[in-house]
Amino acid sequence: MLEIKNLCAKIEGREILRGIDLSIQAGEVHAIMGPNGSGKSTLSQVLAGRDIYELSGSVLFNGKDLLALSPEDRAAAGVFLAFQYPIEIPGVGNLYFLRTAYNAIRKRKGLEEMDAIDFLALAKERMKLVEMDPSFMSRSVNEGFSGGEKKRNEVFQMAILEPTFAIMDETDSGLDIDALKIVANGVNALRGKGRAILLITHYQRLLDYIVPDHVHVLANGKIVRSGDKALALELEKTGYAEFEKRGERPLRSV
Amino acid sequence: MIHETPSGVSSPLFTEEIANLEHKLDSRYPAWLNTLRHTAFASLLERGFPTVKDEDWRYTRVASILATPFKPAKSSMDHLFSCDAIDKLAGDFGGIRLVFVNGHFMPTLSSSGQFKEGIQIESLATILSQGQHEATLSRLFNHFSNAFTALNLALTEDGAFIFIPPNTIIEEPIAVVFLSDASITPFVSNPRSVIIAGAGSRATVIEVYTGILDNLYFTNAVTDILLEEGAKIDHYKVQNETHKAFHIALLNLHQERGSQFSSHLTALGATIGRHEVRVSLNAEGAETNLNGLYLAESGQYLDNPVLVLHHAPRCTSRQLYKGVIDGDGRGGFYGRIVVAQDAMKTDAVQANKVLLLSDLAQADTRPRLEIFADDVKCAHGATVGQLDDASLFYLRSRGIPLDNARSLLTYAFVSEMLSLVRVKPLQAYLTELTLSRFAGRALERSDAI
Repeated sequence: MLEIKNLCAKIEGREILRGIDLSIQAGEVHAIMGPNGSGKSTLSQVLAGRDIYELSGSVLFNGKDLLALSPEDRAAAGVFLAFQYPIEIPGVGNLYFLRTAYNAIRKRKGLEEMDAIDFLALAKERMKLVEMDPSFMSRSVNEGFSGGEKKRNEVFQMAILEPTFAIMDETDSGLDIDALKIVANGVNALRGKGRAILLITHYQRLLDYIVPDHVHVLANGKIVRSGDKALALELEKTGYAEFEKRGERPLRSV
Repeated sequence: MIHETPSGVSSPLFTEEIANLEHKLDSRYPAWLNTLRHTAFASLLERGFPTVKDEDWRYTRVASILATPFKPAKSSMDHLFSCDAIDKLAGDFGGIRLVFVNGHFMPTLSSSGQFKEGIQIESLATILSQGQHEATLSRLFNHFSNAFTALNLALTEDGAFIFIPPNTIIEEPIAVVFLSDASITPFVSNPRSVIIAGAGSRATVIEVYTGILDNLYFTNAVTDILLEEGAKIDHYKVQNETHKAFHIALLNLHQERGSQFSSHLTALGATIGRHEVRVSLNAEGAETNLNGLYLAESGQYLDNPVLVLHHAPRCTSRQLYKGVIDGDGRGGFYGRIVVAQDAMKTDAVQANKVLLLSDLAQADTRPRLEIFADDVKCAHGATVGQLDDASLFYLRSRGIPLDNARSLLTYAFVSEMLSLVRVKPLQAYLTELTLSRFAGRALERSDAI
């Protein structure tokens, strides 16, 4: 589904990603772990189409050149990014925002737009997945939401838009254990045959609740090690320091 | 250059009007007004029209107005507008409505003159010809420091007159519509309106200025408002002139003890549009809330000078002006707060926020505080910015195309101002106008707020 080859990203002359190679198949859950500043968030932003980076390398998404697409075209093609820091948009109602997004994607696919009443029914149903209070629908997008509420709102949006490839950028950060479970349940419910998920996280904790098929360690802009879920547990003990030191020379196992 | 002439008398606008002035000083108007007209006219002759060197007029380039060969608006009854047409052109907000076409009162399009005991909602010309409210009117009209106000006073023929007797409440909004239909000949009209709110009275007044197609004309309007003790007036103004028109207006306000005033400007029209507000807080505990939304696109220059004079202790003033500037448009805000020595415990806040939608768009913003009292709370702030990249990316990452994302964020910026409009049909009308401005076809009105 996703084929990343030698992906490099620079911003203001500074190299953040230094040759990422990663292959993700439909139905798989991959976790990318790494210390702060290793390039995790940059990778997620690049995949979703943030255009502030100077890029080289290639990313194929279902055979299409992903990097050539605008963010909205990527969304229509089935890419979704759950933001680490969801943006507050005062003045735009949450429900209105989501319906606009939902219908924009449907329109791109040549499908009929959904009216407000039907959409509300859909939203109410999907909201249950993340145990979200319906009152959040009438509020402005993320405005005045707590950290946990914002993250739930991201997973809720994912549940509505039903992407085929979802990137979760530190969705666990800032969540207490109850909120983490709710968010993880939401993500697990969306796991499925046709859908791939890329979890980006600093801590192993999230992976207790969303068990990945593959784990990769990102350090200094490169994937320095890949393994199965056991790798995450190993990292919990050893920490990232060793990888950061060796970051220049990637190690490959598996 | 015409506008550089100190006396300004070489302006075609001016010469046309001079020829007309003597004709106006006739018996239809009371003697005190004719005397005032002479004085205003003399003052104008002496000082001329403002130039860019005048601090108050730095952003309003009046040269193109002065260079246009306007004719005075003729009194003519052949404008066969129906009430439905007025609804379409100027909105239907329910309640009472006075309609003026090219500065002249249209009784057939206006609410009939019979109101509850003592309430007067009439054409000013009628009140003047009957010699009513002479003491108050002669006091209210006695200001012409600004050249266009002097021109208005010298030449005005009509406008709205609203008198709310003490302790009277008018629930339904009172709309005053100034419609300009210039067809071929550019004309100037000088509407003058007066609102007198008796002690403890309450009312809502909506002024709408609009025109037909892309007609060229000049509206030079003055509105005087007096709030007696404890009166409460909510005032709205919609400046939706044609994109070729000129609109210069002054809202001049006097507030007595404990009175509450709010004004809400929405400016979308005119090639040069200026809406000046002057508030005198004359007695203790008066409150004034001034909101403004100005949307300038290519070829438009919208200026908003605001002056709040805190003369008395414990008065509160709030100013919130938001601008959205697109294309090569330009928008200005010049907000002054003056706190006199005796005006202790003054609470004054002023904010100007501007969104620039293009590289050519320009915003001028000058907040200014002049404080002569010790014990006051005053704050001011101004921000000029562009649409936030991170927000645009967020919306696009959800599948919303760039143009729609821009419209949505622009609308979000102005929606705060729309939410402050308390007359629901007016709010709906303004939302419609605003959305259509922001290529709003991509947005739906129904639940955008």
